[in-house]
Amino acid sequence: MNIRPDPTFHASPKLAMEAPPESFAYTVLLSPDASKPDALAVIDVRPDSPTYSRVVHTVTMPNKGDEFHHFGWNACSSALSPLTGHAFLERRYLIIPGMRSSRIYIVDTKPDPTKAAIHKIIEPEEIFRKTGYSRPHTVHCGPEGIYISTLGGGGKNGTDGPPGVFIMDCETFEVLGRWELDRGPQTLHYDFWWNLPRDYMVTSEWALPPQFENGIVPEDLLSNKYGHRIHFWDLRARRNVQTIDLGANHQMALEVRPAHDPVREYGFLGVVVDTTNLEGSIWTWWREGGKFHIEKTATIPPEPAAKEQLPPLLQGFGAVPPLVSDIDLSMDDKFLYVACWGTGEMRQYNVNEPRRPKLAGSVRIGGIARRTPHPNGKAFGGGPQMVEISRDGKRVYWTNSLYSTWDDQFYPDGVPGAMVMADTKPDGGLELARDYWVNFPDGYRAHQVRLDGGDCSTDSFCYPSV
Amino acid sequence: MSTADWTPVWLWLAVIASGLYHGVNPGMGWPLAVSAGLMERSPRALVAALGPLTAGHLLAMLLVLLPFALLVAIVDWQRTIQIGASLLVIVFGLFRLASRRHPRALARISPAQLGLWSFAVALAHGAALMLVPIYLGLCREAELDSGHAAAGTLVNANLSMAVLVATVHAIAMVAAGGCCAWLAYRYLGLKFISQSWFNLDTTWAVSLILVGAIALALNLI
Repeated sequence: MNIRPDPTFHASPKLAMEAPPESFAYTVLLSPDASKPDALAVIDVRPDSPTYSRVVHTVTMPNKGDEFHHFGWNACSSALSPLTGHAFLERRYLIIPGMRSSRIYIVDTKPDPTKAAIHKIIEPEEIFRKTGYSRPHTVHCGPEGIYISTLGGGGKNGTDGPPGVFIMDCETFEVLGRWELDRGPQTLHYDFWWNLPRDYMVTSEWALPPQFENGIVPEDLLSNKYGHRIHFWDLRARRNVQTIDLGANHQMALEVRPAHDPVREYGFLGVVVDTTNLEGSIWTWWREGGKFHIEKTATIPPEPAAKEQLPPLLQGFGAVPPLVSDIDLSMDDKFLYVACWGTGEMRQYNVNEPRRPKLAGSVRIGGIARRTPHPNGKAFGGGPQMVEISRDGKRVYWTNSLYSTWDDQFYPDGVPGAMVMADTKPDGGLELARDYWVNFPDGYRAHQVRLDGGDCSTDSFCYPSV
Repeated sequence: MSTADWTPVWLWLAVIASGLYHGVNPGMGWPLAVSAGLMERSPRALVAALGPLTAGHLLAMLLVLLPFALLVAIVDWQRTIQIGASLLVIVFGLFRLASRRHPRALARISPAQLGLWSFAVALAHGAALMLVPIYLGLCREAELDSGHAAAGTLVNANLSMAVLVATVHAIAMVAAGGCCAWLAYRYLGLKFISQSWFNLDTTWAVSLILVGAIALALNLI
């Protein structure tokens, strides 16, 4: 415990934007065939450094087959909530779940990111025993400790009982148990986030493990069996208060991005694919009159492509779906970045009017049919996927892998790990930085990115920007 | 003025000082008033939030003081009760020193229930307990002139004293906390919250032990 709050904790999003820029990025690396252990790469992102855009340290795990995906911090700006009395925590440990193994690694990033090392390993059995959940996914630090969402329930296939959220102690990293008291109709899970002062949580749905672990199941997709609902919860009562069905054709409701400013009671949700027309879509939810509402506010069309340009999975359609796999909202709640993993495009929407997103910028890179190279001439396998925005909104980083088995189905030629960065313009527009290109070790794919000191999908704020 | 005359003055100063101490501590809730004011974009909301925060704190004080108000009426047991109360405060301080965990139950309270939160936090952190030795000291001082008053009269006097002590303490607390909240809201900005927040866990536990120890020493002399 420190004497003062961690200097990277900020009371409001505005203060977070004014803080010094990031020096290091952390990217999880995945060995797609489980031939090597997964790893955490530490990348130098200081423009004036001789090792800029290079991997300066790697933490290799002791096990194979973990399948790294998303990860998060042990503590963030939410610690400044006076309600919880945790102001003196330190943003120090990265909580990295293995989505296939259900193992969780706690990596210590102090005293220096280039010396990061494993602090503790939580074996899958402890998670199974204490929670009845499996396949841990999203990590957020909040009122009662560290919250982790899961995609699987109990049993070998993760189908014995529904998946949900569990809580871990933020100091001892002991798994405490399930979070939900009343889950209502929720049977699938994916992402979650909240508005702390307004006391609600929002959760989304992807699929159960048999629907994703061995790849996408086309029959399930075409019969609309993937997740298509969004759930709203009373955070402290741990109760599902409202579930909204987007319509069964809106398959895979993934990333939940509430406005960072807690005064704003709205947020965004990305939907991977509409099975009636292959569109990807952005939805805006908001609370009004004590009820939550959601509507589709932007759509991204598929792009026609010749059969020979398509993987077997898509040849029957003659088109590439955009496959909206990740979205991220800038700290000032002004720009929403939308990764179109299929068509190979990173879109930037101006969401000043949250229910009327306006396309403000776009860059092309990778893609199933287009295969747009980086401005530096290098090939970019896969498409824009996990996206992370710097706190000041000036830089947007992204990687290219979705999930081991899905990568192979959509990009049979492989998805070598890549991470790029685009500079943004204050009034909209973005451009890939020519000099930012990370060479990851061979045989690894890259997934989520985290920035030291917090980024636009880690920290929750308890005070409005003024 | 003799030394004895000075004692109640010191004790009342201790009641006020502990109120100020609790008030300026962000852990006792003034940042919640800042948040309320900013969320509603109105200084009125800030002031309104101070109400339940103070009421919760006041209730916690009363809940702890009132049983002692009844106990000290048993005149023959006065000394034992005062020594017992001092030891209780010391033990709680030692417990706070050894256990650095924040009670997670506090995190289950909704941000809308400021009064309940303030009540729970004052109990959990021993804020109310800190007042007990001071309060008992004041009762004893009042006793000096009362001779052998009837038990009923004593209980009434002690209850009134408990209410007075808790009220004076709560007024000091809201004055200090309200000032901090207003300064942050109007002049110093949100940065003041993290800048002014020091980890007082150790100091807090030590103050409990200290208050208990002083009271114990005075009783044993």
